Amino acid sequence: MRKDGKMSSQEDNIKIRTSGVTIHYGAAQALHGIDLDIRANEVTALIGPSGCGKSTFLRCINRMNDVIEDCHFGGKIEIDGEDIYSGDIDVVELRARVGMVFQKPNPFPKSIYDNVAYGPRIHGLAGSKDELDHMVETSLRRAGLWQEVHDRLHTSGSGLSGGQQQRLCIARTIAVDPNVVLMDEPCSALDPIATAIIEELIEELRTQYTIVIVTHSMQQAARVSQRTAYFHLGHLVEHGDTDRIFTNPTNKQTEAYISGKIG
Amino acid sequence: MTSEHIVSSFDSDLAELNHMVARLGGLAEQQFAAAVEALETRNTDNIDAIVEADEALDKLEYELNERAIEVIARRSPMAKDLRRIIVALRVAGNLERIGDYAKNIAKRSRVIIEHEKILGDNISIARIAGLTQQMINQVLDAYATGDADLAMDVWERDMDVDLLHTSIFREVLEQIGEDSERVSAGSQLLFVAKNIERIGDYATGIAEQIYFVKNGEFPTHSRPKADDSSSSAIDQS
Repeated sequence: MRKDGKMSSQEDNIKIRTSGVTIHYGAAQALHGIDLDIRANEVTALIGPSGCGKSTFLRCINRMNDVIEDCHFGGKIEIDGEDIYSGDIDVVELRARVGMVFQKPNPFPKSIYDNVAYGPRIHGLAGSKDELDHMVETSLRRAGLWQEVHDRLHTSGSGLSGGQQQRLCIARTIAVDPNVVLMDEPCSALDPIATAIIEELIEELRTQYTIVIVTHSMQQAARVSQRTAYFHLGHLVEHGDTDRIFTNPTNKQTEAYISGKIG
Repeated sequence: MTSEHIVSSFDSDLAELNHMVARLGGLAEQQFAAAVEALETRNTDNIDAIVEADEALDKLEYELNERAIEVIARRSPMAKDLRRIIVALRVAGNLERIGDYAKNIAKRSRVIIEHEKILGDNISIARIAGLTQQMINQVLDAYATGDADLAMDVWERDMDVDLLHTSIFREVLEQIGEDSERVSAGSQLLFVAKNIERIGDYATGIAEQIYFVKNGEFPTHSRPKADDSSSSAIDQS
């Protein structure tokens, strides 16, 4: 692994490759040429102080920034070798392939079942009611929520606890069979127990998905990820094995940040 | 130590641990010096006091352990902070062991002094003890200032202690071989020399820890060694 976050060609299994990614909000530049390779079936944590560009970068991976007025993307992002910013990409289909879980649980004001069935329905993934039922059950099981909700699938999703709602959102995300899951501070609104359940879930999910998580909790990044990328002022400062980043980072800025010396 | 953390009380915690290590180091140095002095001056007056004083080291090491665990639990240290705390624990362990060896030297000295007449008086441990004391002194300075180069200097000098130990070992064996009445005092002296050689090893261990704090890894090149005492035997010919 090179310090700039690129991997050599021998290090295969790269799911997402970003090259020279820049973002401008009008005249202000938020990202300055991010080169980062993200491996399949690993959790990559993006850390850094507020305003460092980590969430902006995360949102580039499923083109969520497209909807922001005056936001301009530069550079290249490839998923499985395919340029996701090329003209012939269907952004709706991309967002099904690259799902996202947000900071605050945001279930639709619908039943638990309909929350999970929503994606498969709009993407026409289920051929029958039985098949849809199966998708809902599988997704809820993978999200570790099935045991808690199987007897009340048709009650409102917003009646669940915060942690359950977040797992419902994860079930909703994985129902459309993505291969990448982006998580933007998924536990920041949760108590430590709900957080631990989500972290356990992340560990299970990575066997099937590539996960990129933005977190403000250094301990969480250290617990859940295999790779960590440190961002500062729109630059990727350091990227490497999580074990090394939190015990012996190469860069002084990374060391200062994880040691609580700069905010 | 530089005061850099946003939460300044974290700096105070780290400074306190450093201070405790320094106190422990001072006590260990003092005990070792007193034990060597008792033996070299053939004076048993302080031996009981040295044996009793070891308790202070044990107590301080225990307090340091408790404090370090608290700091880890409260601060969740990362990177160099984490290494500093883990190393404070290990160094404290080494210093406590140095104290134990000093106590043991004091106890054995009593027997040696009582049997002085039958042990040849040409064997002095002053030189090996002096070298080792210098190493401890220097390694404690290196710890206090975080000077990994100074620490590595100590690390490399352990070879001199090994060489002296081997030579003392052979000399004592020779004397025991010449006169069987020298066995009691001679055996004790072998242990004293070995204890000092072990103290040198602990100083070397501390030097490695200082290097680890600074670099995040242990020295990779191999340390020069010269202790051949394990292959020495009494010449029966």
